[in-house]
Amino acid sequence: MNANRVMAIARKEFLQVWRDPRSLAIALLMPLMQMFLLGYGVSLDIRNIPLCVFDQEGSQHSEALLQHFRASRYFEVAQPVHTYAALRHAIDAGKCRLAIVVPYRFSQDLSVLGRSSVQAIADATDSNTATLAVGYAQAVLNAFASDVEIRWSGPQRDTLRPQPLAVESRVWFNEELESRNFIIPGLVAMIMALVGALLTSLTLSREWERGTMELLISTPVTGTELMVGKLLPYFSIGLVDATVCVLLAVFWFDVPFRGQPVTLFVTTFLFLTVVLGIGYAISASIRSQVGASQVALMLTMLPTAMLSGFTFPIDQMPRLIQGITYLVYGRYYVSILKAIFLKGSGLGDLVLPIGCLLAYALVIAAIASRQFRKSVE
Amino acid sequence: MSGEAEMVIRAQSLVKRFPGVTAIKDASFTVERAELFGFVGPDGAGKTTMMRMLAAVMKPDEGEIRIEGVDAVARPEDMRRRLSYMPQRFGLYEDLTVDENVRFYSDIFEVPRKLREERSARLLAASGMQDFRNRLAGQLSGGMKQKLGLTCALIHAPNIVLLDEPTTGVDPVSRRDFWRILHGLCAQGVTIVISTAYLDEAERCTRLALLHRGEIRHCETPDALRRKLPGQMIVVACDAPQLAPVVRTLSGLPGMLGVRAVGDGVRALVDNQELRIPQIDRALIAAGLSRAKVERVPTIVEDVFLALLQREAREG
Amino acid sequence: MGAANKPAVVAENLVKRFGDFTAVDHVSFSITAGEVMGFLGPNGAGKSTIMRIFCGLLRPDAGRALVAGIDLGRDPEAVRSRIGYMSQKFSLYADLTAAENLRFFADIYRVPSSEVAERMRRAIETAGLEEHAQALVSTLATGWKQRLALGCAILHRPEILFLDEPTSGVDPLARRRFWDLIHATADEGVTVLVSTHYMDEAEYCNRIALIDRGRVVALGTPRELRRDPRIGEVLVVECDDLAGAMTVLQGAPWVREVAVFGRALHVTVVDEMRTPGRLAALLRERGLQCSRIEVAEPTLEDSFVQLVGRGPVQERPRP
Repeated sequence: MNANRVMAIARKEFLQVWRDPRSLAIALLMPLMQMFLLGYGVSLDIRNIPLCVFDQEGSQHSEALLQHFRASRYFEVAQPVHTYAALRHAIDAGKCRLAIVVPYRFSQDLSVLGRSSVQAIADATDSNTATLAVGYAQAVLNAFASDVEIRWSGPQRDTLRPQPLAVESRVWFNEELESRNFIIPGLVAMIMALVGALLTSLTLSREWERGTMELLISTPVTGTELMVGKLLPYFSIGLVDATVCVLLAVFWFDVPFRGQPVTLFVTTFLFLTVVLGIGYAISASIRSQVGASQVALMLTMLPTAMLSGFTFPIDQMPRLIQGITYLVYGRYYVSILKAIFLKGSGLGDLVLPIGCLLAYALVIAAIASRQFRKSVE
Repeated sequence: MSGEAEMVIRAQSLVKRFPGVTAIKDASFTVERAELFGFVGPDGAGKTTMMRMLAAVMKPDEGEIRIEGVDAVARPEDMRRRLSYMPQRFGLYEDLTVDENVRFYSDIFEVPRKLREERSARLLAASGMQDFRNRLAGQLSGGMKQKLGLTCALIHAPNIVLLDEPTTGVDPVSRRDFWRILHGLCAQGVTIVISTAYLDEAERCTRLALLHRGEIRHCETPDALRRKLPGQMIVVACDAPQLAPVVRTLSGLPGMLGVRAVGDGVRALVDNQELRIPQIDRALIAAGLSRAKVERVPTIVEDVFLALLQREAREG
Repeated sequence: MGAANKPAVVAENLVKRFGDFTAVDHVSFSITAGEVMGFLGPNGAGKSTIMRIFCGLLRPDAGRALVAGIDLGRDPEAVRSRIGYMSQKFSLYADLTAAENLRFFADIYRVPSSEVAERMRRAIETAGLEEHAQALVSTLATGWKQRLALGCAILHRPEILFLDEPTSGVDPLARRRFWDLIHATADEGVTVLVSTHYMDEAEYCNRIALIDRGRVVALGTPRELRRDPRIGEVLVVECDDLAGAMTVLQGAPWVREVAVFGRALHVTVVDEMRTPGRLAALLRERGLQCSRIEVAEPTLEDSFVQLVGRGPVQERPRP
């Protein structure tokens, strides 16, 4: 491999990206935009769920319970209702997502039987929110008294078991249960996948479309030299983007960073190899820019968004899908990033996912260099 | 004829098929050192396909190409150093400057540093582009783009240069400049293979191959080609309104091998000038077209091509 | 026979400027109805500007441009329905049939519906496309496409037809057939303006206007242009040592230009130096023997090159 030729290609590629407003926008603006839009917009936590209360008893006890709900940051207590009809109306009108009915025998059952229950009626059009809301409600109740349980009016007829023993739970590594803390590292992965693949997927296709590739392949330049030379500038751009995203994550979004920058650098480098390699392979296979960019989006954004553990936890997915996620390169990087940010893991701790990424990188590099042919056909 | 050693390019029985059409059908030819060899033919004749196969960016389906003794089909990389290819579409980077493009190709071809500066200055000056070094290639005029392409093709001093329709769309003055550069190269021993649809450019080649629908119909020097024509050209000069009547009159006469009207007269290929010119004079007078004058003129490649095609159409 | 010899297209001291650049600099000519006029000139010479003025797309800054009596300076719109245009790569719709293309252009130009069928039939017949009328244009060979494009351009019976390099890259048989069609169209009174770089194409024009830097440098039949006295004499020289002869000749002050044509030189000399003998003498002095020195008729390209200014052509950067 001739170093001069590789550098010549890298220099040319860099100049072209620099002078092309669209490429620059993708390389520099898009990551920033994504970070801000998704960083602020995406939150899996739910706050201020509108809550309706139907207090049939109206005792001191029930009032104390309602105080707990009012004080909770999960709920926003709306006007009290006094009939079931009014409650149903409130849910239908969207005035509340969850309604709690305190039965008229509430305090009596508590003192005589030792346990009681309240009824929760949830607007389950968004079952995720409904389930969460009920869960939060139980949490509020537990804080009030461990012997009060919830009977949930919903598709699940089972009632939640009362907890006679108080369980002290501690959530490790993300004490605030801030969803942002585990979303943003994943976001970094997704941005890099998108930017990296988009930029490189156009690189060869553009030259074929403009006619410059026909001339280039008539020269002594080899496929490997071309690949390395073309990817070098995108590597640099990718690393810069990653740095910017990480800095934003840490200093703007206050995501804790407990790991070493070196670990981050090495793993990011590996991930970039994979992503850029995929983009290059796409570009070598599809000689139209439009086609290449579409395929790039499909092969990078979609899997990384859906199946890498970025938004939806992998262990909640059906078995078959879980198996498929092993093929999603984003999965390894997302878990690596979360580990570095939140657990402070070092290279030694991450041998397995790093190994997987490395294997992936080698396979992709082999595919990419084979896809490129020095022929106009 | 020179010996084997001088044969720089040898192509034998080339065939190239695409879905629905056979672009090149059994083509064979040779090119000698320092020749200016031209593939001449209309669009769709197969010129670009031929050039691409010679540049080894496309493989023939059948046949062999040897370039300076190297099998270009089996081992294309071995001969890439020695030749340059200028594709039909402008192949340089429009978002890079003239200098950046030249520098890029100097690097690709590993031109030694010491030679680089001197060579690029000389080549750019020869094309009149020394003041445009910092201009983006995309902002050059058509003629300048072609000259830039040629500069980059020559930067590593190749033995062989392949040019696919380099003068298409370029105005005649720039075309002359271009050909002057090409002839200068030949004088220095560079072998040039060029393709063109401009039949009048065929006259400038040392040898040419007439390409029509994938076949090499004739492969000779321009003079030999002219001699192949069985007759001589005459022109009947007349005004526009008389063109059609003159064509009619001539077409009815014996010994007319081909008649076509141009803007200010009618060109006719006759089998025997001495015999036919008086006959034509008489026929024109009889038709009341006495103001038309008859002259002998040299044959041009368009006449040759036309006559040969027509003859083959009649026979085929 | 052509229509009565009235001028169909007239330019009188036409001027057009773009900023402080004068694209058309006092251009005058007169084209009679039924004439085929060629415009030859380098890029940026003003050819396309002149064409655009006569298409009604630009207004002249000074002088007059008249088409069929309409003053384009005052009423450019009026000319639109009277002109036809055929561009270099034919603007035909590849995925429509020949007949559909004709139909489309008939509608675009608002050919009266009572006449559409008849004109379409005639266009197909003249182009020789009877068997291919229902074929997709993408399947037609170049020659057919050309004649179809011409048919589309004249469906609405324009008085003026603009052609932009219509036969470049076309094989000589198809080219000849096309120009026969053009001449026939001109015979019916249509005035044809052709813009081209292609000498073989310019030869088919009745008259040629050579344009350089916004001015008409020469105007006449191809023959008149070739014999323009400003060109000088052209001699063909055949020598064994072509390069040597070239160097010697280029050094002589009375030699305008030396160009290599295959294995011979075309030498353009200043008029006074007529005799081949003088040339031979010069070469002999330097020890060069030549097998042939003859006077040749200049080609159209010679006249183009000699008459168009050879000074540094202004390379205007593309926007």
